Amino acid sequence: MYQLRSVIKQYRKGRETVHALAGVDLTIADGDRLVIQGPTGGGKSTLLQMLGGLDRPTSGSVELDGIDLARLSEARLTKVRSQSIGFVFQSFNLIPTLSAQENVETALVPLGVKASERRERAAEALKSVGLGERLGHLPSEMSGGQQQRVAIARALVKQPKVLLADEPTGNLDESMRDEIMDVLESMWKEHGLTFIMVTHDSSIAKKAPRLATIRKGALTVTEKAA
Amino acid sequence: MVHSYRNVMFFTYLRRELRRRRKAALVVASGLALGIALVIVVSSVSAGMEQAQGKVLQSLYGLGTDMTVTKAAEPPEEGDAEGGRPRFQFDAKDGGSGEEQSTDRVMVQGFQTLSSSTVTKVGEQQGVAGAVGGLSLNVVKVNGQFTQGEIPPGQGGPGGSQGRVQGGGADFEVNSYTVYGTDVTNLAIGPLTSSTIGKGRTFRSSETDAKVAVVDESYAKEKDLALGDTVTISGTKFEIVGIATPDSGDAAANLYIPLEQAQTLSGSKDKVTTVYVQVTDSQRIDAVKSTIQQNISGTTVTTSADLADTVSGSLSTASSLAANVGKWLSIAVLVAAFLVAGLLTMSAVSRRVREFGTLKALGWKSGRVTRQVVGEAVVNGLAGGVLGIALGLAGAYAVTAVSPTLQAQIGATGGTAGPGGMGGPVRQSASQAIEVALTAPISLTTIGTAVGLAVAGGLIAGAFGGWRASRLRPADALRRVE
Repeated sequence: MYQLRSVIKQYRKGRETVHALAGVDLTIADGDRLVIQGPTGGGKSTLLQMLGGLDRPTSGSVELDGIDLARLSEARLTKVRSQSIGFVFQSFNLIPTLSAQENVETALVPLGVKASERRERAAEALKSVGLGERLGHLPSEMSGGQQQRVAIARALVKQPKVLLADEPTGNLDESMRDEIMDVLESMWKEHGLTFIMVTHDSSIAKKAPRLATIRKGALTVTEKAA
Repeated sequence: MVHSYRNVMFFTYLRRELRRRRKAALVVASGLALGIALVIVVSSVSAGMEQAQGKVLQSLYGLGTDMTVTKAAEPPEEGDAEGGRPRFQFDAKDGGSGEEQSTDRVMVQGFQTLSSSTVTKVGEQQGVAGAVGGLSLNVVKVNGQFTQGEIPPGQGGPGGSQGRVQGGGADFEVNSYTVYGTDVTNLAIGPLTSSTIGKGRTFRSSETDAKVAVVDESYAKEKDLALGDTVTISGTKFEIVGIATPDSGDAAANLYIPLEQAQTLSGSKDKVTTVYVQVTDSQRIDAVKSTIQQNISGTTVTTSADLADTVSGSLSTASSLAANVGKWLSIAVLVAAFLVAGLLTMSAVSRRVREFGTLKALGWKSGRVTRQVVGEAVVNGLAGGVLGIALGLAGAYAVTAVSPTLQAQIGATGGTAGPGGMGGPVRQSASQAIEVALTAPISLTTIGTAVGLAVAGGLIAGAFGGWRASRLRPADALRRVE
C-alpha cells in the first residue's frame, strides 16, 4: 500500500523554481487501479517518479508498505525497484541490441536468477502477452504495439507488487492503444497488482474507477461509484 | 554462482553493443591503434639505434671489451718548441739536387703511455675477467727531393752579388697511417676482434716479437698490398700475413703488428697506450670502473657508455630524434588517443542515457551499468591494441626492410673526446665516419607494453564513460521521455 504525505517536489529550471508537486497526500491500496491525468507539466510524471522510487521528494514521505522511499539509501531503493516495482514507459525503452527475450531477462538480472531460469521465465512472460513466437526478434523488427507488449512482459516477469505505466499508449495508434490497454487490464486482474497509470487519453481516464487529476502540482482524486 | 549468471547477460549485451556500434568502436580503436603503433615503431627503432651504436662501439675496440684504461695526453711543456709535433730533418747536400730523401716518424698516438705492469695490475682487480695492453702509433712518412736553384748564365758579375737565382724548390709527399701494437698472446680482447681475417691468418701467440703484420683491407687496397708483401715502418720490414676486414664501419688501424715490435719502433719499451678490459659481470661495469680508478691512480677509465656520448653524426641525430621527438610524439599521440577514446565513450554514454536510465529503473546497480560501459571500452581498447600491434609490426618491418644507413662520427681522439677520449686506435679524424644499417627489432617487452597500453587506453576510456554512467539518475533518463 502506498501512503503519500505532504509530498513537495521543487526543482530549479534556469532561474525559476518549478513546484512540480505542491503538498500531495494520497493513499493507494494494494490491488488498486489509479489513473493520473492532467495537463503537460502539471506534475503527473513527477508523481509517478516518486511512486517508483526514481526520484526523491523535496519534503514529505512516500511510503510503500510502510517503508519511506524518500529516506532509503540508493542501494536499498534500487533493491525495492528491482523486486517490487515494474515500469512501462511511453517510448517502450527497450534495449535496441537485445532480443525480446533478452530484454525481458534484463529485469531478472538484478535478482540473481540463473540464466536458464531467466530464459524460461522471459519466454513465459512473452507468451502471456501474445509474443511467444517473437522471442528472438529485435525491437526494430517489431511494431510499436509489440514493443510495448515486450515492455509489459519485462515489467511483469519479476512478479512485482506495483505496476507503474507512464503514458503506455502515448506512442500508439488507436487500435494498438486498445490492444495494450486490454493486455494491461488483464494483467492487473490476473496478477492482483497495484496498477498506477499516467495518461493524457480522456477515453482511458473515463473508464478508470479512480482518477487522480493533477494541476500545477495539486492533486484531486475522484472515486467512481462501483 | 549468481555472479556467473549475470556474466552471461554481461557478455551478450557487450557483444551486441559492440556489433551495433561498429563505426564508433572503430574510431576509438583506430585512435588507440595509431598511438600504440607509434610506440612500437619508436621503441623498436630506438632498440635498433642502440644496436647500431653497439656496432659502432664494437668496431672501435672490438667485441668483449667493456672498458679501456688510458692516461690522457698532457699538453706540451712550456718552452717546448716542438710542442710534441714531429720534426723532420733533411740534409741540404751539395750537388744533391734531385736526390730523393725520406724519413718517417713513429709517434705514440693520442695518449700518454702506461707501464706494461699496469696491464697486470688492472687484470688483478676485482671483477676483471681479462686485461690486454695495446700500443697505438701514428706514423708520418715524408719523402721527396730538393731541387737547387740556378743563376742563369750571363747574369751577375764576377762578384756574383747582382745575380738572381731562378728555379729550385722542394717536392715532398707526406703520408700518415696508423699502426696498432697487438698483444699476440691474447687476441680475444682488443681492436682486432672487430675485424675478420679475410685472407691469410692472424697472429700466432709465439709471434710476440716477430716482424709480421696484419693489414686492414681498405689500406691494403689503397697501397696495393697483398699477402706475402712487405711493409716498411721506420726502416723495419714486416711481412704481411693477414688481411683484416672490419665487421662494420672502418678498421681500428691500418696496420697491426706485435706489441713488442710496436714498442721498439716507437721507443716505448714496456709501454702501452691502452688497456682493454673485460669484466666478469656486465651489470657491474660501473663498480669495476670505480675500483680501477681507485686502485690505479692517474688513469682514465672509459666504459662503452662513456664512449657512446662521443658518437655524433646521423646515427646520433636519429638516436636523439627517436629518444626525444619519437618519445614525445608517441606520448602526445597516446594521450590524445586516450582522451579522444574517453570523450567518445562519454558521448556514447550520453546518447544512451535512456537505455542506462531504464536499466537503473529496472533495478540494475550503478556499478553494474558502469562495468558494462567499462567492458565495452576495454574491448575497444584491446581491438585498438591488436590493430596497433599489427600496424607497429608492419612499420618496424618496413624500417628493417629499408634499412636506412646511418653515419656515426666519433669524437676526435687524443684525449679530447669525451672523458679521456676512448683509448685505442680509434679514428684519427672526425671526418672518418662509420656507416651502420638501421634495423627495428621488436622485443616481447615492446609487445607487452603495447598490450598494457591498449588495456590502459580502454580503462581510461571506460573510466570517462563509467563516470558519466554512474552519475546518471534513473529519473534523469526518464525525464527525457516526456
